[in-house]
Amino acid sequence: MDFISRGFRGRPREQAPAGRLPPGQYMVRDFPVLSAGPTPHTPLSRWTFSITGEIDEPRQWTWEQFRALPTETITKDIHCVTKWSKFDTVWEGVSVDTLLDGVDTTAEYVLAFSDGGYTTNIPLQDLTEGKAWVAFAFGGEPLEPEHGGPARLLVPHLYFWKSAKWVRGLRLMSENSPGFWETYGYHDYGDPWREQRYSGD
Amino acid sequence: MDESQLRLDGNAAAGILREVFAMDVSGAQEACASCGTIGWMGAQHLYMYPLAPGAVVRCSTCGDVLMVLVRGGGRYRLALPGLRWLEMREPVQAPPET
Repeated sequence: MDFISRGFRGRPREQAPAGRLPPGQYMVRDFPVLSAGPTPHTPLSRWTFSITGEIDEPRQWTWEQFRALPTETITKDIHCVTKWSKFDTVWEGVSVDTLLDGVDTTAEYVLAFSDGGYTTNIPLQDLTEGKAWVAFAFGGEPLEPEHGGPARLLVPHLYFWKSAKWVRGLRLMSENSPGFWETYGYHDYGDPWREQRYSGD
Repeated sequence: MDESQLRLDGNAAAGILREVFAMDVSGAQEACASCGTIGWMGAQHLYMYPLAPGAVVRCSTCGDVLMVLVRGGGRYRLALPGLRWLEMREPVQAPPET
């Protein structure tokens, strides 16, 4: 079987509203599923969310404790590095500001880690001040496992590989350390508006 | 969604692997560095575009990442994080005419 080129698509593309589509992207109505490995199915009774690394007292929540935290409804456009964008996606989640509330850290970088071994690195300042969430619902329904449920990171201003599916915690770090796709050739930061797809873009 | 809709078998990577390797890699044997299982590259589990932003070959026994190949930005980046070895067959030469 031949590798499917990025140029091939079966349907004509819809016109996106002007100014809303980052360079090189096209608009979709469905929600494509991308994954670098099998879908984990961690039972909620064994699920925890942790803040580790450069923090005096590491934090951990069980699912019940996590779900007792204040939540927000978030409506954002999302942009996948494989070139699809989806507008007005509606999520419910806990703000990373809430999870880091009162944390005193010298860290400037974060490595998000997930069930299944996936990781992605993000500057700490890109996760704070209302820019990132740990989302547990999409479109008013619990987040399905194929889309990262029970909970995924949501960092909508960066390419969507940064929004780690099946996220289980954040490691606060003083030095940057590349995650999975960042190690294997994707951009360290991943700003869709500057089309930072690949290492060196 | 059923898991099998996301996963391919390693043979589906033959096209992109041919762009990088002179020899047939999907028909090569490999040993997983994590669990030690010896198998055929073409029989391992593959996650690949459009279902993943690159080609990720995982051991069909333990699930660890054997090989990742990303093509983009005018380059190919190949990583072999979980292969103990990879063995390709020499092409069979046609017998000389008598």
